[in-house]
Amino acid sequence: MQPPNQTINPPSAPSLAAYLPATLAGLGLWFALYRQLHSMAEYLTFSLLALQPGSRLGEAVLFFLYDTPKVLMLLILIVYGVGVLRSFFTPERTRKILAGKRESVGNVFAAGLGIVTPFCSCSAVPLFIGFVTAGVPLGVTFSFLISAPMVNEIALVLLYGLLGWKVTALYLVTGLLIAMLAGFVIGRLNMERHIEDWVREIHLNAPDIPEEKLTWPARFEHGRVAVRDIVGRVWIFVILGIGVGAGIHGYVPEGFMAAIMGKGAWWSVPVAVLVGIPMYANAAGIVPVVEALLGKGAALGTVLAFMMSVIALSLPEMVILRKVLKPGLIAVFIGVVGSGIVLVGYLFNLII
Amino acid sequence: MEIKVLGPGCAKCGEAEKVMRAAVAESGVSATIEKIGDFQQIAKFGVFSTPAVVIDGTVKCVGKVPSKAEALAWLAR
Repeated sequence: MQPPNQTINPPSAPSLAAYLPATLAGLGLWFALYRQLHSMAEYLTFSLLALQPGSRLGEAVLFFLYDTPKVLMLLILIVYGVGVLRSFFTPERTRKILAGKRESVGNVFAAGLGIVTPFCSCSAVPLFIGFVTAGVPLGVTFSFLISAPMVNEIALVLLYGLLGWKVTALYLVTGLLIAMLAGFVIGRLNMERHIEDWVREIHLNAPDIPEEKLTWPARFEHGRVAVRDIVGRVWIFVILGIGVGAGIHGYVPEGFMAAIMGKGAWWSVPVAVLVGIPMYANAAGIVPVVEALLGKGAALGTVLAFMMSVIALSLPEMVILRKVLKPGLIAVFIGVVGSGIVLVGYLFNLII
Repeated sequence: MEIKVLGPGCAKCGEAEKVMRAAVAESGVSATIEKIGDFQQIAKFGVFSTPAVVIDGTVKCVGKVPSKAEALAWLAR
């Protein structure tokens, strides 16, 4: 604890204004470089490597050389920004906000907070315990647990970079809706007794952990660490995913996917969801493949359903959650979320 | 001193333990370091985001890997 006469924010700490020039200069540099990416990729592909424009290999190489740096640059920018933003939203604070909320309003809040609260699947269990013991309703807790991994900045950046803002907005809105509604439905089912007994028996007498007061330098440091951690972890998946995507672009014939993942195949949506459950890939690796499949005639709804299933319903996360949930509740969780995803898939195939 | 690193065993938790060990070695403080992965025990500390570091029963940080400078500062008290 700090003695009361000592200021937590020492006057020597630089204020936000001190960071503005460097931040603006960095942003300017970023945009200047970003705008040059396409001409640089064309130069590399067609002049330096002397590949034929329009040839299969040429198109595949151009796709790879343009999209890889583009997506990585977008990731660095957004992950940094979100990292700074997240220093305002700790899981402890989110828990406090949700503890006072009723259902329905709580489901909406939980799904929204799922985007900005730092979350990794390894802390899903402690977080679950924390929410439940704080009196957050079970359905509201699930809204958070569905939204946090599914609607995250990595998925949104890759969708934006490769498929444009419309698909990104569709994914964001439907992902949030699934999290809210699935959580609401699970709450209605009164499944509280399907939480493992030892969790319900925990009576917290531990005092609230005092919150850290962060200075602006510490928040920017937060952003830098986020870039190092997250981009350092996913860059390899981005390159692999775009590599596979480039291969599909150049070598899989047009319309090849139309028969199995096209609008005409009604069964393709549920199959895509089922296939997606045991698959465990992060958004960084799956979006480039999804983009390439779309180009070959797969329907948007089917492909989005596949992507949501891969990210939101992962086997490893179920195994971790099994420590606090009985099998019945896990089955309901998969069933409710899976049905939501199937509905979204059909909806998009119908309207687009 | 009794140091506990709370975390189920993901990469970050291992990193937090490494930082604490390095800080103890550097400061020369005599301390025991224990890694706690059991969710029930973690919950008893009131910790909901891992990794977390507990020194002599007081939670020092949650949800992040501490920097070595932070760790040294905790040990110095």
